[in-house]
Amino acid sequence: MSNKKVETGAFFSRDRAWQPPAFTPTYKTSVLRSPRKALLSLDNTMSEITGPVFGHNQIGEFDNDLLLNFSETGELPVGERIIVHGRVLDERGVPVPGALIEMWQANAGGRYRHKKETYLAPLDPNFGGCGRIITDDNGFYSFRTVKPGPYPWPNGVNDWRPAHIHFSVFGHGFAQRLITQMYFEGDPLIWKCPIVRAIPDEAAVNQLIAPLDMANTIPMDSLAYKFDIVLRGRRSTLFENRREGN
Amino acid sequence: MTQPLEYLKETPSQTAGPYVHIGCTPNFTGINNVYAEDLGTSMVNDLTEGERITVKGTVFDGMGAPVKDALVEVWQADAKGLYNSPSEMRGAADPNFTGWGRCPGDMETGEFTFETVKPGVVPFKDGRPMAPHITFWVVARGINIGLHTRMYFPDEDAANKSDPILTRIEHQQRVPTLIAKKEDGIYRFDIHLQGDNETVFFDI
Repeated sequence: MSNKKVETGAFFSRDRAWQPPAFTPTYKTSVLRSPRKALLSLDNTMSEITGPVFGHNQIGEFDNDLLLNFSETGELPVGERIIVHGRVLDERGVPVPGALIEMWQANAGGRYRHKKETYLAPLDPNFGGCGRIITDDNGFYSFRTVKPGPYPWPNGVNDWRPAHIHFSVFGHGFAQRLITQMYFEGDPLIWKCPIVRAIPDEAAVNQLIAPLDMANTIPMDSLAYKFDIVLRGRRSTLFENRREGN
Repeated sequence: MTQPLEYLKETPSQTAGPYVHIGCTPNFTGINNVYAEDLGTSMVNDLTEGERITVKGTVFDGMGAPVKDALVEVWQADAKGLYNSPSEMRGAADPNFTGWGRCPGDMETGEFTFETVKPGVVPFKDGRPMAPHITFWVVARGINIGLHTRMYFPDEDAANKSDPILTRIEHQQRVPTLIAKKEDGIYRFDIHLQGDNETVFFDI
């Protein structure tokens, strides 16, 4: 564990103009799954300021290596070998150590390994599609995987998801809980996607697009993409009155 | 000119999609050779202190259909009202209780189940007691950003009536959407994303 002082402040309020709204009719499934009444604003209490922590004993050392973590035969999966790496920071720019990141993705052909998946592209016998890691003392993480393929989905008659990797992130408080998707620089499908376009601000979409990171490629081996993740910042507790036992 | 504030922006949320299980509960969707077990499956063990309870429920959409691809997470205090978190400064929580659970909706019915303990009382910011409650977080295909809500207990009527959050809800007829029902020895907490009984969701 870090020897930094434990922080107990509430989190910065979420910028709801930056985040996608619940009701986005061009993404059709949101129509019946979006609350229509106003959210009740609630300044953080202990229930939101605290959150679960995950230890290195709960995950495997190679859980972040999707090239190897599923294959039973030792064969490698098909596809472009890539490294996806970056940092988890909060809105103050402070690294978030000890953050659990879980990721999942389709294989190189755009096919997910899931009981409900029916796309005609084939499964890869050497690719599961899940990985996880806990960020280090400076908030860094990395995964090794193959670049996922784009795939069609039933929304409009001819909608395609851009290549993407799903990320689930735990910070230090349950109010920071976040699930998002990472896209790849240069993919022309990004700006056509109704799920991406649920985000109203173009600058916010750009925050989800990982650039090619030639500095961190491995020559003759893997390309690299860099994806930093920003969680809500924590307010300072300076000058706040704290009651006994609170 | 002023100094720039230079805060970063929170990463925008995107839907968890229909295949959230691959990343969060892979064993549940038949990927059994990567992780030994799905995180959040068990919140308690034989030594956990407090009253054992079972919480079941279903997430419903605006047509009243079960949301079968929902993933539900809970976060709660232990039986003494302490959180198993580094940010908990009031004391040490029960080491045999994680406080965090994760359950995918059943693929056929959408129902989720948590085996846990009844949480104790946690103080509000001003020191007033909050009624015992469990924080819920719901994601699914079609939900662009995770939804936070709380479950309160039907057998805590007096505490609920003075709870700092429940008493703040302007339309008091919506309060029952946050209170579980006791049925056959278990607590049932259904979550309605939309409609006449839309659950109160929080911007926390």
